[in-house]
Amino acid sequence: MSQKRYWKGIEELENTPEYQQSVANEFNEELPLNLSDNLLNATTPRRDFLKFLGFSTLAATVAASCEMPVRKAIPYAIKPEDITPGVPNYYASTFVDNGECVPAVVKTRDGRPIMIEGNTLSKVTEGGTSARMIAATLSLYDKTRLRQPHVDGKPVDTFDAIDQAVINGLSAGNGAAYLLTGTIISPTTEQVIAQFLAKYPSAKHVTYDPISYTGILLANEASYGSRMIPNYMFDKAKTVFSLGADFLGTWISPVEYSKGYTKSRKIVSKDIKTFEMNKHYQVEGMLSMTGANADERATCRPSEYGKVAAALHAAVVTGAAPNTGSKNLDKLITKAAADLKKGNGLVVSGSNDVNVQIIINAINSAIGANGTTIDFSNVAKNKKGIDADMVALVNAMNAGQVGALLMHGVNPIYEYFEGEKFAAGLAKVKTTVSFSDRLDETAQKCKYVVSDHHWLESWGDTEAKANHISFIQPTIAPLFKTRAFQDSLLKWSGATTSYHDMFNAYWVGKLGQATFDQALQDGIIEPATPSISGASFSGNVNDAIAKATAIKGATEYEVEIFQTASLGAGGAWSNNPWLQELPDPITKVAWDNYVMMSPKTAKEKFDAELTSINQVDPKKRVLKVTVGKKEVMLPVIVTPGMHHNVIAIAVGYGRDKGVGMAAADLGKNVYPLVGYNGQTFVYSADAKVEKTADFYPVAVTQTHNSAENRPIIYEYSLEEFKKNPYELIDERREAIEHYLIAPNEEHHEGHDAYGKGDKFDAKKFEEDFRKNGTHYPVHESMGLHWAMSIDLNSCTGCGACVIACHAENNVSVVGKDRVIKVQEMSWLKIDRYFSGDPNDPDTIQTVFQPMLCQHCDNAPCENVCPVSATNHSSEGLNQMAYNRCIGTKYCANNCPFKVRRFNWFDWNDADCFEDNLYSDGRRDDINDDLTRMVLNPDVTVRSRGVMEKCSFCVQRLQDGKLKAKKEGTPLKDHHVSTACQSACGGGCITFGNVNDKESAVFQDRYVNNKERLFYMLESIHVLPNVSYLSKIRNTDEVMNGSEKDEVYKQHI
Amino acid sequence: MFKRVSIIALFAVLMVFSGFTQANAQDGKALFQANCASCHNPVKDATGPALQGITGRAPSTEWIHKWVRNSAALIASGDKHANEIYNKWNKTAMTAFPSLKDEEIDAIVKYVEEYKVPVEAKPEAGGTTKEADNTWIYVLVTIILAILALILIRINKGLHKVANTEQGIPNTKDVPLKRNKVFIAITGILVLILAGYWMVNGGVEMGRQQNYMPKQPIFYSHKVHAGVNQINCQYCHAGVNDSRQAMIPSTNVCMNCHKQISEYTGEQLFDHEGNKVDGTAQIQELYKYAGWDAAKKDYKRDAQGKIQATPIKWTKIHNLADFVYFNHSQHVNVGKVQCQTCHGPIQEMDEVKQFESLSMGWCINCHRETKVDFKNNNYYSIFEKYHQEIKDGKRDGVTEAELGGLECQKCHY
Repeated sequence: MSQKRYWKGIEELENTPEYQQSVANEFNEELPLNLSDNLLNATTPRRDFLKFLGFSTLAATVAASCEMPVRKAIPYAIKPEDITPGVPNYYASTFVDNGECVPAVVKTRDGRPIMIEGNTLSKVTEGGTSARMIAATLSLYDKTRLRQPHVDGKPVDTFDAIDQAVINGLSAGNGAAYLLTGTIISPTTEQVIAQFLAKYPSAKHVTYDPISYTGILLANEASYGSRMIPNYMFDKAKTVFSLGADFLGTWISPVEYSKGYTKSRKIVSKDIKTFEMNKHYQVEGMLSMTGANADERATCRPSEYGKVAAALHAAVVTGAAPNTGSKNLDKLITKAAADLKKGNGLVVSGSNDVNVQIIINAINSAIGANGTTIDFSNVAKNKKGIDADMVALVNAMNAGQVGALLMHGVNPIYEYFEGEKFAAGLAKVKTTVSFSDRLDETAQKCKYVVSDHHWLESWGDTEAKANHISFIQPTIAPLFKTRAFQDSLLKWSGATTSYHDMFNAYWVGKLGQATFDQALQDGIIEPATPSISGASFSGNVNDAIAKATAIKGATEYEVEIFQTASLGAGGAWSNNPWLQELPDPITKVAWDNYVMMSPKTAKEKFDAELTSINQVDPKKRVLKVTVGKKEVMLPVIVTPGMHHNVIAIAVGYGRDKGVGMAAADLGKNVYPLVGYNGQTFVYSADAKVEKTADFYPVAVTQTHNSAENRPIIYEYSLEEFKKNPYELIDERREAIEHYLIAPNEEHHEGHDAYGKGDKFDAKKFEEDFRKNGTHYPVHESMGLHWAMSIDLNSCTGCGACVIACHAENNVSVVGKDRVIKVQEMSWLKIDRYFSGDPNDPDTIQTVFQPMLCQHCDNAPCENVCPVSATNHSSEGLNQMAYNRCIGTKYCANNCPFKVRRFNWFDWNDADCFEDNLYSDGRRDDINDDLTRMVLNPDVTVRSRGVMEKCSFCVQRLQDGKLKAKKEGTPLKDHHVSTACQSACGGGCITFGNVNDKESAVFQDRYVNNKERLFYMLESIHVLPNVSYLSKIRNTDEVMNGSEKDEVYKQHI
Repeated sequence: MFKRVSIIALFAVLMVFSGFTQANAQDGKALFQANCASCHNPVKDATGPALQGITGRAPSTEWIHKWVRNSAALIASGDKHANEIYNKWNKTAMTAFPSLKDEEIDAIVKYVEEYKVPVEAKPEAGGTTKEADNTWIYVLVTIILAILALILIRINKGLHKVANTEQGIPNTKDVPLKRNKVFIAITGILVLILAGYWMVNGGVEMGRQQNYMPKQPIFYSHKVHAGVNQINCQYCHAGVNDSRQAMIPSTNVCMNCHKQISEYTGEQLFDHEGNKVDGTAQIQELYKYAGWDAAKKDYKRDAQGKIQATPIKWTKIHNLADFVYFNHSQHVNVGKVQCQTCHGPIQEMDEVKQFESLSMGWCINCHRETKVDFKNNNYYSIFEKYHQEIKDGKRDGVTEAELGGLECQKCHY
């Protein structure tokens, strides 16, 4: 077992010379000097010496004569009742983006929102978050946002001129008026729209989603008689089968689904005999984040989704053996069908094809999912767009039949598959209005831009799930001269009330003032026990099967267009530097989009392999991808787990400079590659792929700060684990047995000293190792001892924790160039490891491992610091005093986990020297006075030349301790949480005082999950304060160490 | 025997009783200063009336209880006495104190009735106990001795020369002082040490501002407010219990009292240069910032009814470096540290200056010496070892440093 090896990338697997060099070369940059022999041999001339002496004396004199600046302390003129400077206020609100909606709690300090966490009162998301949701604070302070309304691309000072012109345009009657919006999930906004449509009877409302779910909506209409998306209850599912749906990352309501999904993956190993873990099957073309979490996974072409769905349907209904042409796939379908039939199954598909979705409905109906794992009374309202309506609108625009077009939440010139056609049509519309917050691709071409507030500045309500209301409360007064979209519509409808009044009246009328006030404070109104109901399937499944299986891929390659978990469909997120620098969960690429391709195809067909040029070297070969008449040129990123004939490219890139400095001209826009089948948009297409002679640098972080093949992950299959839960304990014992006995003691007690099986005394085992594994005296730990436990089984790799860490700790963004040079600053990264055979995508298994400072009690970094800038606290923190650090980087060299980050440049203008700021023309807006409002005032902004790393959110710990002291109670779990912990939707991070036997982290380590507990590189006796719980995969075969595992084979 | 016991018992009871009453008056003072002193003075009219004699004026003790807890309700109930007072004081509403218990209000009343204006201790004439500074005598003596030594050396040399000439020994040539190598070396080393000391000290002192006393936009005297009028610090610096910032009060807090107090009638004020300061003019200055129209006795408001106030741009005196985290509530609320410990005798300062160096060494020193409230605050119950040691008599308390108060990340993060 100890021979298990995981690999982060092919280069690590094959251990190429280039890779070895890159690992040895920790700070991946050449010296900025031309070191010739002459220079090194030259003696310093006397005159130079005198010059330097003179200069340094002068500099010292200037520095010493620095005077303290006169600072002002300006109190409020009239202090608002509810603000105490220095004390944060929390407001319940709701994150909304393209119909996606997550109840949130926003932390504001001195009137500005600086941190977003999940609202734990909501039973839908239970405090879950996503990377985008947390990064919304940075988007609020985006410098590119429009500061006033615009006419013809030029700023105007008042709304009045625009209001009159738009009203004139709407009433002119020279063609129909259209209101084009993304999915609206707000009941009151729907009322506003109704009022608007009543005022202009000829006007129509078209809903359009850039990533369309029309397939599901129409399929449900055909199957159940109503256009809706049912309520998928992943928490109730024992078997989940996903056909290309990235439900943990981007599909419909990912935060909600992740929460449900991870619930039955949080194994309590104490009760493993009776524990029921869900089993997740995934069939897909590309390797998605959801696929990476699957227990069993097989690949197929996206055009074969119909075939796979039909085969599964047959296997479920008739028990027919599947024949899809892929052995792995057939095996998986047979197994899945058997599991699904056991009850509590749930089948979902990411396909936008109506027929595939009808087959999926039929399967769900056949396995009895309706009413058990699928609920039809609290339907999801996140997506409502019907593609044909949009296509009809564009045709009408081009035919000159549209007189006025108002657009909210959409950017069709960028995200519509025929953006140019839309632009041509838009030119024929007389009155065009955009409510966009910036001059994006579409807003530039609109006559009027009346920016809507950011959601953090707005009032509002959401009903993303029927009967489940979540309110939006403003957390800051509008920063700019913007106006609520609803207010604009009301104004143009001739109404005199404001939206806020209407909103109040609506809810007070519905709930009464007291209930409404309480609901605003809680942020939500949800039924105590939602009623669940089923529905009977009445679609024509045979017809659907016939149509779905008729689809055939015509070319060798198919391209899949997908959303990344960080940027989603694009929108304003493309200009969010935090999200841009968040590496993709699978490829670990930041700041670009690219062609994902299987290693075999890349090597054999495109000479884009790894042993030579393509992996360690940031320069990747550029491929030309042609779909129909459209082509894009993008670099290739070799990704294990991709179907050999499938390539995948993300949307959200290739933006206009109006979107912002960080987004402009980065990557390529692949929305034009989307197809339309006459009914729905199709996010995969037949493609021609050609090799070019060009190379393009890409920032891949996957092998940065490598642990170089040391055993750092433990993974077991569920069956294996149930059979012998104590395997890991035995392995740990074996590894450190020698160090458990004091040197002068006789080896008499031996192996059984700590008890066998469930009697194993994990605490004593650790204490003995702590004491006897070293010659040095052991420090007594009294009072508090901070500790973290990370459950690898419930980490989905989504990256919300990484963004939360950025937001909480003022972690710098360094930009693409510097990421390439391994200078990224993220304190917390999620390492992604593969196992399996890279040439067989169906064998690839992926593990995510959050990696942060382990706060070792016997830390190697502390001993080597010449100035004691990093040292240990009595509470177990490995503390970093920035002001003492002189930047030797010895600590980073000596850290076995490679979690220390050095400020190579002045990223944030934090230096006292002027004009020292690093600038790359892309991430620079982050240093604007406006953008800096996002900084957490409790955390120092680090300057150039100092080391930094995870602090366990020490500012929160200090605050929690203070809270407990004021209450006069011992500190308990509820007093403290780290930013990553509260961001984690899967709840995989447990944190607290391990000296407290009641704390969750103590329970996790020594009571409930001691069988799965392990420490990174335990045997080197650095005594980390971060522990991990092993990954349990609900599969027959864990690839790592199996005969299909390439690395394992190499080792035996 | 029995008699003795009963006498002791009686004595004990008496002691307890007198102790109790004493504690009562003590509480009254504390309660008065915490809750009432910002608007009331026992013997002088302020924002509210002078309180001495209230037991005679008020209809009953119950009436006082009701009034204190919620005067608005009492006024609304049509109580005659309540309405009289309300109208007499220009309909200024008194803050309600619903949480004060009967006994507490009684204690305040007791304190107010027993209050005597403290007699100012006049310095006795000629009784300066100030220690005379003797440094100059030492310096003088040193210089005289040094000159004496120099003269003696010269005489010694002269005599040597004369002696040598008489004995016919040739005299070595006199090396002038500026060429004397020993002298040059010693001087050089001395200069280096002094320069080094000066530079290092300068470096260490960089950014420190002990005794910094900038001119402020309004001559606000802490002496008049906190000293003479005994206003509780926390009335204005309300953040001190909850926040890292003590909070400089906004102008509307000033106006709570200064709506009534528009003239300064106390002792003549002087600034640190000895110039006379007109207190009333300073209050007028405040009115400008607060948007208060003293003639109309009302705020100036804009079209939306918003008060036209502008914040006062005070010059910040206590500047901590950005990389230091300091939390007032930690020290005041939890640590029970007095304001004066760090800010000096603020109640005696007309103009505030930075009293302490606010250097890290100064902080650390206090953390080394200060004992935490170990027994009473249950937070510390987790430090079992220390509790055991206290029980065993091995230690009498636990200092902040022993709980990790000297560690970097207590203040730097």
